[in-house]
Amino acid sequence: MSKSKVKEEKVENESTSSQVLREILTGSPVRTILSIFVGFAVGAVFMVVFNADVIKSFGYFFSRPGDAFGAMAKTIGDGYGALFRGAIFNTQADDFAIAIRPITETLRFAAPLILAGLGVGLGFRVGLFNIGAVGQMAFSLIGVTWVATQVQLPFVIHTIVAVVVAVLFAAAYGAIVGFLKARTGAHEVIVTIMLNYVALNLFSFFLRTPGLLLEKEGGGTPKADPALETAVLPNLFTDQYRLNWGLIIAIGATFFYWWLMERSTIGYRFRMVGFNANAARAAGIRVERTFVWAMAASAAFAGLAGANQGLTAVGGVTPSIHANIGFDAITVALLGGSRAGGIFAAGLLFGAFKAGGPAMQVVGVAPEILNVVQALIVMFIAAPPLIRALFRLPQPPKRKPISEWIASRLGKGGASIEQKASN
Amino acid sequence: MSRIEVTPGMFSKAEQKKSLKAPIVMAVVTLFAFVFFAVLGPTTEVTFQITESDAFVVLPDLALPSNALGYVTAAIMVLITIASLWFGVTKKRVPQMFAVVYGLVAIVALLGWLAAGADVPVGFLLGNTLVLALPIILGGMGGIMSERVGVVNIAIEGQLLTGAFLAAVIGSITGSLWVGVIAAMLGAALLSTVLASLSIKYLVDQIIIGVLLNVLVIGVTNFLYSQLISQDNAGLNFPGTFNRIEIPILSQLPIIGDAFFNQGAIVYLTFLIVPALWFVLFRTKLGLRARAVGEHPLAADTVGINVGRTRFWWVTIGGAVAGLGGAAITVGNVGAFGREMTGGLGFIALAVVILGRWQPLYVSISALLFGFAIIMRIWSNQINPVIPVDFITMVPYLVTLIAVAGFAGRVRGPAATGKPYEKN
Repeated sequence: MSKSKVKEEKVENESTSSQVLREILTGSPVRTILSIFVGFAVGAVFMVVFNADVIKSFGYFFSRPGDAFGAMAKTIGDGYGALFRGAIFNTQADDFAIAIRPITETLRFAAPLILAGLGVGLGFRVGLFNIGAVGQMAFSLIGVTWVATQVQLPFVIHTIVAVVVAVLFAAAYGAIVGFLKARTGAHEVIVTIMLNYVALNLFSFFLRTPGLLLEKEGGGTPKADPALETAVLPNLFTDQYRLNWGLIIAIGATFFYWWLMERSTIGYRFRMVGFNANAARAAGIRVERTFVWAMAASAAFAGLAGANQGLTAVGGVTPSIHANIGFDAITVALLGGSRAGGIFAAGLLFGAFKAGGPAMQVVGVAPEILNVVQALIVMFIAAPPLIRALFRLPQPPKRKPISEWIASRLGKGGASIEQKASN
Repeated sequence: MSRIEVTPGMFSKAEQKKSLKAPIVMAVVTLFAFVFFAVLGPTTEVTFQITESDAFVVLPDLALPSNALGYVTAAIMVLITIASLWFGVTKKRVPQMFAVVYGLVAIVALLGWLAAGADVPVGFLLGNTLVLALPIILGGMGGIMSERVGVVNIAIEGQLLTGAFLAAVIGSITGSLWVGVIAAMLGAALLSTVLASLSIKYLVDQIIIGVLLNVLVIGVTNFLYSQLISQDNAGLNFPGTFNRIEIPILSQLPIIGDAFFNQGAIVYLTFLIVPALWFVLFRTKLGLRARAVGEHPLAADTVGINVGRTRFWWVTIGGAVAGLGGAAITVGNVGAFGREMTGGLGFIALAVVILGRWQPLYVSISALLFGFAIIMRIWSNQINPVIPVDFITMVPYLVTLIAVAGFAGRVRGPAATGKPYEKN
């Protein structure tokens, strides 16, 4: 109770620029929905403009304009229709069991995005920009692949050990960033970018070196043995669906993130440093140490994403197993406003994009358009003025600076004193 | 939510006092080189091919045992270490040149060790180093231009990719490489205006908008590649490359002649841009104003400089320079465009700006280091490397980490970088 009150007061003590970022991170639902809408709309424009049929029909636009509009509508309908069929519900399937397969694929793709997104989001709330989820995942994959392929353990325990190792590897790698920031002031953006490349190269070295992670028998391509039966994350339902326990881990991690950030003492410290590091320091929080812990915690979530990838890889881990999830996680965290529920929802949306891509390919729309939509949605979220200008939304009321706020409080008291005096 | 904490100098606030960190790092590296390259070094002969066989002045190849070279280079490295130690003890700053020379000697030592029993084609390595470093150099110049006025440019990657894409596609469609280059510069500049206006006028976080622009450009170029270009590769993605132009006398210089003065047009443009940027930044009123805006926008505003406008134009023109860097990847080197072909060069450019301490010349030298690492990765595959290729690739990133963490002396960027400026 008293904690949340303190938080309210801290909020007041900010410059306008920090309000801007807060506005991004705590965007209103209306703006989020509008951003998603505009993202899809611009995506539709791209689809239409670069479609061969549409371009052809514009050749004779003035003789038969209907053709052009028909081709445009068909392109958009085909593209987004395929996305729906590929990511949510396959209306063309013969029986229900196959028809609902797409939604399970969406959930499967969403799990690592949610996990890594939680990590990046945690960083944001401490005021740290963790671009290093890629490297932290790669580093955790070294550990998790080793445990999953070279260590013999009983069922369940093996999986748990592999996941724990992934978390510890990633957390240690993330802690380096926090340590460098705390000790030398090196900016975490540049440090995480450099560590990404170091980790990716290290991972590739382990995968290509015989005796380390390279598969026992096989060609010259860098690739690990498939994870042992006892270590893989089992499927949730029948083998018809590839959805696995990664989703359960993601749901669990989301709840844990919520508890950590909103209810726990350490999460309170994290947020306080994020709101105002100087005020936190003045209040007795060891800011430098908090940076180290926050980076470790942020990376730990990325490690879970790494575990999800390493323990569900069909046929063995390859260097491309991280599948850019670490970068996508940044957009997930931004769209989700760094809140547990928001990140979960954002992960589902972008998971649907990944699941629906192949279906779009089939109808002749390059699925990369979804990356454009993804970037645009988050850009509109991150740049509130853009969407406000587009839809003529009202300017949000400016928060008063703390001095005015105090003055207003004092003012009330002062007025009553004055009244008394005049009486 | 607070904004991301921006420390003075943005990327590093390594302490300002004189320290012994640089000599300590040098001593560690020297010891390492002495043990592995000299004492434990192979005794087989290594041959440095200094001049091309058809050069005007043909110098004999330099051939000597690998470990002997190890001893010689280690001795030079010891001397430089002692000299910088002396600077450290007497509380003077270690001159930047020392680090550069030290790095060069270390590279020669590494080469002599790696290529024991084989030939080192010096001209080939240097020439390719330059060509591969070109996008990093130009991206770095773009980075300098925006960071010097106080805007962090994470979007260099996107600008390079835009440039690479437009140069190849527009160059193919129009049949003129120069039109392609101009399109690349305009396109990347346009991308920069998004970064500039959102971050300057609307105070959107610079790092976030930069990251998002990268995602956007990767998405758009990938989409256009699958949807259009892959259908008609010959018509849309076959621009050709710039012809080599031989500079008369200079191209006959030993060692560097052929590598530096028998290159395409973008290389020579870069030779002009780097000193020009230095001159404008440090010798003209325009540059003084730009730096004032980057160091102390309030003070600049007080004396009547339009902070927003200055930032906008420097960021935009910086984008055009980075776009030229993108063109260097396609029409300056390989010709056709490929998906996500920049592959992180923009992030390297970001690192190089810090490594080179926001100085055009040193940024270029740092970029050459990365270019050298790339060609080493390619070349060492052919000579049975003693150490895994992945570790060679890793070296420049580790060097940057060491530099950013302040272990190699003072690194301090423009004070106001990353901070939006609000006029009250």
